[in-house]
Amino acid sequence: MITLNINGQSHDVDVDPDTPLLWVLREWVGMTGTKYGCGIAQCGACTVHLDGVATRSCSVPAGSVGQAHITTIEGLSPDGLSHPIQAAWLQHDVPQCGYCQSGQIMAAAALLNANPKPSDAEIADAMTNICRCGTYQRIREAIHTAAAMSGKA
Amino acid sequence: MSTMQLARRSFIVSVAATGGGLVLGWRFPAGRAVAQTTGITEGAEVGIWTVIQPDDTTIVRIARSEMGQGTLTGLAQLVADELDCDWKHVRAEYVSPQDNLASKRAWGDMSTGGSRGIRGSVDYVRKGGAAARVMLIGAAAQRWGVSATECTAANSVITHAPSGRTLRYGEMAAAAAKLPVPTDVKLKTPAEWKIIGKGVRRLDTVDKLSGRQVFAIDVQLPDMLNAAIAQCPVFGGTLKSFETDKIKDMPGVREVVAVGDNAVAVVADKWFQAKTALAALPIVWSEGAGAGVDSRQIAEFLKAGLDAKDAAIGQSHGDVEAALAGAAKKVEAVYGAPFLAHATMEPMNCTAKFADGKVEIWVASQNGDASLASAAEAAGVKLADVKVNKLHLGGGFGRRGQQDYTRQAVLIAKQVPGRPVKLIWSREEDTQHDFYRPITQCKLTGGLDADGRVTALHARLSGQSILAYLMPSRMENGVDRIAFQSWTKEEFGYGAIPNLLIDHAVRNTHVPVGFWRGVNTNQNAIYMECFIDELAHAAAKDPLEFRLALLTGSPKHLAVLNAAAEKAGWGTPLPKGVFRGVCQNYGYGSYTAAVAEVSVSAKGGLKIHRIVAATDPGHAVNPSQIEAQVQGSFVYGLSAVLFGEVTIDKGRAVESNFDTYPVMRLADMPKVETVIVPSGGFWGGVGEPTIAVAGPAVLNAIFAATSKRIRSLPLRLHDLSSA
Repeated sequence: MITLNINGQSHDVDVDPDTPLLWVLREWVGMTGTKYGCGIAQCGACTVHLDGVATRSCSVPAGSVGQAHITTIEGLSPDGLSHPIQAAWLQHDVPQCGYCQSGQIMAAAALLNANPKPSDAEIADAMTNICRCGTYQRIREAIHTAAAMSGKA
Repeated sequence: MSTMQLARRSFIVSVAATGGGLVLGWRFPAGRAVAQTTGITEGAEVGIWTVIQPDDTTIVRIARSEMGQGTLTGLAQLVADELDCDWKHVRAEYVSPQDNLASKRAWGDMSTGGSRGIRGSVDYVRKGGAAARVMLIGAAAQRWGVSATECTAANSVITHAPSGRTLRYGEMAAAAAKLPVPTDVKLKTPAEWKIIGKGVRRLDTVDKLSGRQVFAIDVQLPDMLNAAIAQCPVFGGTLKSFETDKIKDMPGVREVVAVGDNAVAVVADKWFQAKTALAALPIVWSEGAGAGVDSRQIAEFLKAGLDAKDAAIGQSHGDVEAALAGAAKKVEAVYGAPFLAHATMEPMNCTAKFADGKVEIWVASQNGDASLASAAEAAGVKLADVKVNKLHLGGGFGRRGQQDYTRQAVLIAKQVPGRPVKLIWSREEDTQHDFYRPITQCKLTGGLDADGRVTALHARLSGQSILAYLMPSRMENGVDRIAFQSWTKEEFGYGAIPNLLIDHAVRNTHVPVGFWRGVNTNQNAIYMECFIDELAHAAAKDPLEFRLALLTGSPKHLAVLNAAAEKAGWGTPLPKGVFRGVCQNYGYGSYTAAVAEVSVSAKGGLKIHRIVAATDPGHAVNPSQIEAQVQGSFVYGLSAVLFGEVTIDKGRAVESNFDTYPVMRLADMPKVETVIVPSGGFWGGVGEPTIAVAGPAVLNAIFAATSKRIRSLPLRLHDLSSA
């Protein structure tokens, strides 16, 4: 039995502690917003925050998380729309198929936490998640929009 | 008329049977932006394409599948415009394959591919919207006791101008639903469109921002089990044996089952348990005849086809042989492109339940009708005993037109009757068991006269045929028409070349091939547009001017090329070290052209600074989504050109995940400027046409920058350094 702090709530989970956090979230806790894409920390579809830092949950054993605060896409904002990144994503109509977007949004939110006004080069360095539909240009534009929104708030 | 009435009857029966709401182990809140799966929604069915609720919410039925290309929104725009409803009330839901089957396909073809979503259904869905408008107006006229001709509709409101009375669609829907569906309806002219042509936001965006969008891989059902699968690594090989005893006591494991003749699956409580146990399962394969094949052999096999005597002819006029013999200058080059995997972000998966001789599946499919038929066949039940729940696709790109994973899920579920089983492929299975973009080579030979004009062109393809592998019945006397995409007489812009021969030596391997976004236009456009550049260079002419001279008989090709060149400022000075490349192509009913600006460092580092892409899709239904598709086409197309290659060793795919099969990331993304030049009068595709110009524009710019002509892909295998 391990205890995880997910989106501000404590969850006791009866699982082998070596199980990747991704699968504990999806299959044991039942939160499917975080996606499986590669299983080897290449694509970023499984990105969550551990204490605010973007982390690829497919390659983190659940037993190693300890007391760290886990934030998933379901916990990014109360209504799923009001985080500046989500608002900017809506404004730019970013998603196509949408499968990678949970991970993209979590990666972008963590980037803005660390760097409220990133340059194009800093966005390129931080945003290494894969999107096969090709939403990168709108992602880049939306991050700038979100940075501007947050700056005004 | 009869089929429409039949459809309505069957639909009304199913509404009565379920009492509204969605049955998927949970209920979705009413009024969600998009029905998450096959839905039976409360409200009045006005015609077969729309359901209108009392609060004016207008649900448009969609038969095609949404995989990111925006078809859900575009098709809804077509219906809503003719319906004259207020766009802010519009939602969408899928037509279910079983309803379509029961109504003799009243909603038409569900197959989603070939950029056909809009151009293949535009007429009947617009008529559906117009019919619903006529019914709503008719019902209001009856209520008022006036002639329908005195009534008009706009923004979901019917107005009787002489008396100034109005009624909302939501108020009239129940009465309208009882009227006969008119079949002879007049459609609007383009000048009358209000929603077609607007870059409205996608209907499916909101749920994709919060993790709430349920993809097939996210389906959770009561008592559900999970399955991981291993397929024979050698294509065409079979399963010989496996040792269940070695893993049966591992955590969560319930069953180990053979799946067809070439795969084995572990069924467990959780998928991660199934995958972990599968990795420990001793399996013996019978690898079969393909086991000795590697990429080098395949390359030699194709190379021999370049000069083979027998070849299927795609297009021919004049006397190429004589013209080449008499040319002042002859240019020859051999190009090639490798096998490619689709690598959709959501790996293949399907959930199936087999109970009491009936099958229910939850699937992301590019063809709901085919999913239903595959499930029935795999389960050995009648078509009428299958229920398909369609979910949005986490990427398709042609891969999810095939139903191998659907069939497997049903075969597994049949061995665990009474409980739903979710089959998920690992990324490695997904990459190594694809229907790959076919490998081809192309030898091009061109002749120039003393003035540098093209007198002859021969393009000889050698390579694998998709139709021969997937649909041999569609081969025409050994000819695969799809191999000649963009090069048929109807499509090809350079028909003015006086002596022309395009032919194909079909060379099939044991590797499965299929439709990959843009299909053969990808390779064909690279071969042709890079070679045209070679001819321009040999003629010492500007690549744009050279093309414009060849396209004089193809005004729409020419116009779109001019549009791209003009926006890009072709011929104007560039920063030091930056060079341009240009190309054009026609495919999927649309004209496209692109200009790329690149620089290459002394060490060979490529930077793509800017892309200008022009497209003429006839009518532009949603400019914002066209822009998104054009940008995405460059990502998918340039991923292939820069990085993509699946190689074969010992009969199997070598690459397995994104570490060995790299794709483009944000840092590689050039700025793409989309120029939409809709010339009207036709409905062209959008999802695929532009991908064909992504590669050649960049490759021609690289030549301008380095004088290196890249003729084999991917680019990462080439040294661009100037050392």
